[in-house]
Amino acid sequence: MSELHGEPYQPQSGFMKWMESRLPIMGLLYPTAVTFPTPRNLNYWWTFGGILMFCLTVQIMTGIVLAMHYVPHVDMAFESVEHIMRDVNFGWLLRYVHANGGSMFFIAVYIHMFRGLYYGSYKAPREILWILGVVLFILMMATAFMGYVLPWGQMSFWGATVITSLFSAIPYVGDMITQLLWGGFAVDNPTLNRFFSLHYLLPFMIVGVVVLHIWALHVTGNNNPTGLNVKSKQDTLPFHPFYTAKDGFALVVFILFFAMFVFFAPNILGDPINYEKANSLVTPEHIVPEWYFLPFYAILRAIPDKLGGVIVMFGAIMVLFILPWLDTSKVRSASFRPLYRQFFWVLVIVCIGLGYLGAKPPEGAYVVWSRILTAYYFFHFLVILPVLGLVERPRTLPQSITQSVLGKDDGGQAESKG
Amino acid sequence: MKTHRKLKTLGRFGLSAVAAAMLLLSPADSSRAAGEGATLPSIDWSFSGPFGTFDQGQLQRGYKVFREVCSACHSMNLVSFRNLAEEGGPGFSPEQVKVIASEFEVEDGPNDDGDMFMRPAIASDRFPTPFDNEQIARLANGGAFPPDLSLLAKARVGGVDYLYALLTGYEEAPADMELAVGMNYNAYFPGHQIAMPQPIFEGSVDYDDGTPGTVDNYSQDVAAFMMWAAEPKLEARHKLGFKVFLFLLIFSGLLYAAKRKVWSTVH
Ligand code: HEC
Ligand code: HEM
Repeated sequence: MSELHGEPYQPQSGFMKWMESRLPIMGLLYPTAVTFPTPRNLNYWWTFGGILMFCLTVQIMTGIVLAMHYVPHVDMAFESVEHIMRDVNFGWLLRYVHANGGSMFFIAVYIHMFRGLYYGSYKAPREILWILGVVLFILMMATAFMGYVLPWGQMSFWGATVITSLFSAIPYVGDMITQLLWGGFAVDNPTLNRFFSLHYLLPFMIVGVVVLHIWALHVTGNNNPTGLNVKSKQDTLPFHPFYTAKDGFALVVFILFFAMFVFFAPNILGDPINYEKANSLVTPEHIVPEWYFLPFYAILRAIPDKLGGVIVMFGAIMVLFILPWLDTSKVRSASFRPLYRQFFWVLVIVCIGLGYLGAKPPEGAYVVWSRILTAYYFFHFLVILPVLGLVERPRTLPQSITQSVLGKDDGGQAESKG
Repeated sequence: MKTHRKLKTLGRFGLSAVAAAMLLLSPADSSRAAGEGATLPSIDWSFSGPFGTFDQGQLQRGYKVFREVCSACHSMNLVSFRNLAEEGGPGFSPEQVKVIASEFEVEDGPNDDGDMFMRPAIASDRFPTPFDNEQIARLANGGAFPPDLSLLAKARVGGVDYLYALLTGYEEAPADMELAVGMNYNAYFPGHQIAMPQPIFEGSVDYDDGTPGTVDNYSQDVAAFMMWAAEPKLEARHKLGFKVFLFLLIFSGLLYAAKRKVWSTVH
């Protein structure tokens, strides 16, 4: 299958003709970003891809400026962040945008991923597109984890200590890996230095994988709410102006939501104890990661054995890699899969439940529930999905995307009506 | 198909079971607030809400309480004297700040003879620490360390409400509770035993603006001052936030209209 293309670029001005015969960059971008044929029925859940690109750009831009004022040293990191907050012009804005931007990024990526789960966007021919997405998710988690260490507050330090220590559970090489991460025998200055370096590097690796992700998207084209393949030209619209208008509107609404946190509740998503400087002698009462890691943290602590917990936690992400082959259904969209749709919502609630449990102390009923929900999480992917595809009777599919939108496939008349 | 229906009921059942479990579990949540069960009094602060601003008079009084009481034991490392005259703060004039600063001695040096020396503080100096090091601070406070106050309003669950509650929360210990030596009972401190003795009493500080010198007023004022110290850009943030919000609201309205127009040809 070759790449999907929209109308080719026709240079108008003399300069652009001159340019295109030397570097045909518009010829490359135009059919993939401007006239790209996009299913006409995409709903607002499809706007989150663009929103994610916005988030990445914001993190990189604010991050670069923060890095000009930030000092990656255990004696100065905490104070340098406060210097940014107090003395750097609009430093408070930069930092609050960057710190809350991390959370917004994860809100958007979770919506984006569940969108994929609901509409079966991971199924053939989009397996690689989905897998690249999972790679992006892992890179984001690594980036955010190391970023959270940088302000060198109490939770930065203790979160880093707990999470890096996990690697020591790996047989034979565990201690070596942990010492490599630490640059010594505990979380200390060398750890902070390498985390800063990697926190600066990983976002650019994310940019690279995003390019691959979009490339893969432009080979297969978008999935859509019906899950049907695009069959004719009238099933699609050029990306611009239709989806630039829709994505643009959704993006501004998202920024409005983002701004609410930045300006009116900038610390609500963070742990207060991170405003206390790291102290290796005082352990906080509850060590809790940022909210976006909580479901995985709950899974980790559900397993009584350290190595087992680590394996199961990583397994929870790894299972996403093989998801395209676990789901046996021929139908993509949950809209036409009455049973899968219910199991999808159960999974959403289970994940939220795990997030809730991740914030609780690992004791009593909380542990019991973490175990039940963890088991269910794997049960969903490893048992329900394969079986469901075989036993479920899907609803009748519409004939085409156009038919699903207009109630009838009118052979292209719709385009010209008022 | 029989399996079909069974699976469907199973799905429904799963959904409602999980939802019910979540409901059952959730009330346990509220007990983890600061002070372990003691609910914090909620004060109507002038700076809360999206349009909140600091009350300059209150910050000036709060500064006085900090200066005359708390600064004997607590540092405020991240705040410079000059900050007291900056916009969105207590609103002291630069001249007043010079006077305020000169009441403190700070170490400087080395001079040309290689000696460290003491001099009166100037506006650009940070608030000096009352103790030379942590060890000496602990020695003077029965082994406990009085934490730096710069960020405490953001570093505790409950924030500024907790600070107010803590300062007004000194009570007689319940009869069945054995206090450790040098410890004081406080209704809001986690564990209820705090090494800090009750710092303020009725009349501890003379207010010069006629505000009654009650423990309640002192506590509110110094808590507000600590909020400002932790978040000196709060007013700038609220002001800019309002403009950004207004802009985004209008802009999103325009974009929605544009989107409707563009799509009107294909729906
Ligand atoms: C006599 C010395 C002393 C004075 C005066 C004093 N404090 Fe303290 N303060 C301490 C000590 C010691 C601690 C540590 C308590 C502990 O950890 O048990 C402390 C702790 C605190 C805490 C932290 C409580 C927590 O949750 O950890 C706050 C807030 C505080 N003081 C505020 C004030 C304020 C406001 C004033 C002025 C009104 C003040 N203090 C005056 C000695 C003092
Ligand atoms: C994938 C994108 C990124 C994510 C998810 C992310 C996330 C984070 C998070 C969660 C923090 C902690 C904020 C806090 O609690 O104070 C942080 C801090 C920081 N980040 Fe990033 N970041 C990203 C990209 C970048 C980039 C590209 C740079 C630099 C070029 C950067 C530079 C910094 C610096 C200097 C800090 C410390 C200052 C501070 O704590 O505010 N970040 N990041």
